[in-house]
Amino acid sequence: MAPSLFDQLWLARNVILSGLGLTVSISLLAILAGSVLGVFVGLSLTYGNRWLRLVVRVYTDIIRGTPVLVLVLASYYVSSAVGVNLDPFSAGVLALAVFCSSHVGEIVRGGLQAIPKGQTEAAKAIGLTFGQTFAYVLWPQALRQFLPAWVNTAAEMVKASTLLSVIGVAELLLRTQEIISRNFMSLQFYFFAGALYFVVNYGIERFGKYVERKTAVPS
Amino acid sequence: MGYTLNFAVVWRNFDRLLEGLALSLGLAVVSILIGAAIGLAVAFALISKYRAAVWPATVYVTVIRNLPILVLVLFAYFALPQMGVRLDKIESFVAVLAIYSGAYLAEVFRAGLLSIPKGLTEAGLAIGLTPMQIRSTIIAPLMLRNVLPSMSSTIISLFKDTSLAAAIAVPELTFEARKINVESFRVIETWIVASALYVATCALIAAVMRQVERRLALPR
Amino acid sequence: MAKTLLEIAGLRKTYGTLEVLKGIDCQVHEGEVIAIIGSSGSGKTTLLRCINMLEDFQGGTISLDGEEIGYHVEGPTRRRKSEKDIARQRALTGMAFQQFNLFPHMTAAQNVMLGLVKVKRLPKDEAHAIAVKWLDRVGLGDRAGHYPGQLSGGQQQRVAIARAIAMNPRLMLFDEVTSALDPELVGEVLQVIKGLAADGMTMLLVTHEMRFAFEVASRVIFMNQGVICEDGNPREMFVAPKTERLAEFLKTSSFN
Repeated sequence: MAPSLFDQLWLARNVILSGLGLTVSISLLAILAGSVLGVFVGLSLTYGNRWLRLVVRVYTDIIRGTPVLVLVLASYYVSSAVGVNLDPFSAGVLALAVFCSSHVGEIVRGGLQAIPKGQTEAAKAIGLTFGQTFAYVLWPQALRQFLPAWVNTAAEMVKASTLLSVIGVAELLLRTQEIISRNFMSLQFYFFAGALYFVVNYGIERFGKYVERKTAVPS
Repeated sequence: MGYTLNFAVVWRNFDRLLEGLALSLGLAVVSILIGAAIGLAVAFALISKYRAAVWPATVYVTVIRNLPILVLVLFAYFALPQMGVRLDKIESFVAVLAIYSGAYLAEVFRAGLLSIPKGLTEAGLAIGLTPMQIRSTIIAPLMLRNVLPSMSSTIISLFKDTSLAAAIAVPELTFEARKINVESFRVIETWIVASALYVATCALIAAVMRQVERRLALPR
Repeated sequence: MAKTLLEIAGLRKTYGTLEVLKGIDCQVHEGEVIAIIGSSGSGKTTLLRCINMLEDFQGGTISLDGEEIGYHVEGPTRRRKSEKDIARQRALTGMAFQQFNLFPHMTAAQNVMLGLVKVKRLPKDEAHAIAVKWLDRVGLGDRAGHYPGQLSGGQQQRVAIARAIAMNPRLMLFDEVTSALDPELVGEVLQVIKGLAADGMTMLLVTHEMRFAFEVASRVIFMNQGVICEDGNPREMFVAPKTERLAEFLKTSSFN
């Protein structure tokens, strides 16, 4: 008697949930760390002096020219070789955070540079210092500008979390493969995993649109 | 730290890496060409006035863009056989990357199509061209010039996605690098070289795309 | 004779190798309304922007109320003042721009309040009251809660003027404030400026509106290629220009 899909799903529910939980934590950590780092990258590219900008540019060009999988593998293998014992989870999150930072850096830079110069001049004209200008005039505008792209990057991180299965992190995709190795229902379970990823990412997309609407300036 | 850099092992196996890179490029070129054809058709469907065309196109783009490509790759190679579709590694990867590319390029092309003034279509109709002729001789060529910049970054991104083929043991660059890494334990050197090859190739693709842009640019 | 408010001596500015201001000497007295006219490239906007240090200058001095602006000069040495000092000095003047430059993410009232709260450190309700007062003054009291995107060009420019005036500056600087406006909207802005002039605000206006310069200004400065060419009473200057260049300029500008 062929096992029914629902029976199998129910049996595997804990495994699936644990995998999903790990996927979520990988993504969240990568997005948070990557965004913080990315803001520094973006600020350096926009306001830094020649040398800082050069160093940061080289950093982002190398990261963006390298496939994420290579970053993950490199992070995993190189860390153990140089004696920094990172478990696969940490190595993977590090790689994803670095990847995220290069994207967020570009986004922040783009957002800041899109603001017309007149805004800075008007702020100067009423006597604001640079710090005040950045905090009250530039950053709020840049934030609204790059919010959609940032939400997109967040979704990319969820998708990239699947790559950690290659280095043995038991996130959703690896767990799915484990389940399939037991019950051979690859069609159903890959499909199910795909559906879960779709729901999460689609949810992020919708949430992003909602935040965009809520923070939009009336015109 | 006790790790001294020694690139000799990597240089000895450099030809394997280059072969892997060649395969990566091959996979990319074929997939992107097919993907571009799919994307163009889907883009026209997305802006069509017939709901029957818009709806499936939207579903296709939305679903693919929200799925991790690795899941698609594994699904195509491991799950499809259960439906009777048996593809070898390279065939299944190319099929996946083509479908994946199609969804992303469709969005790029759609933006390009929307930026073309309606008046051009009307002018074409006025001289008696069929909608199909208008699309192929007027709209598509113009749109292509408009979208070259964003298409360039999409293509580079899709090229990097060929590294996913390593997950199903296709002997492209990442797979070969990993093999060398495991055989030789020269981890830092291997990954530096592999990364350098990818970065260089991406830069090359970008330069080529800029040239294409220049060549196709309309005289001013 | 009214007190000297602004003193410019030997002002020189270069952009790379191009000398844009070639030695400007000028005195502005309290209550004066001065129109600065000239063709593009004459340096009139640059002069204005040096006064509030939106542009650096390489030679000469500018003094506002006796205080050196931007640079501290002692004999042969010249030192740029600290950014904090310069920011404080900028608050002593008010500027309205051709492109308005309102902060799009803030309401009209918030635009006017920003300087009051952050620079003058007034409590929020006091700042709000002042903001509403000045918005009323420019005829936009009922639009205090509107965002720039919801306002017409003329309305935006009036808010921009209110934003500058609310800081209670010693001197107002207007940089071609009607050039970017549709013709029908120019009038409302000029009305506001006339009102401010009547109240005794000291103003420097770079403008193309010759008729406005003629009506409102107590003094006109004609600049040409980085120097002040003529400086005097508008009636005299427009009717009987002393220099060839001014005569040429008046011929080519729409003025009847």
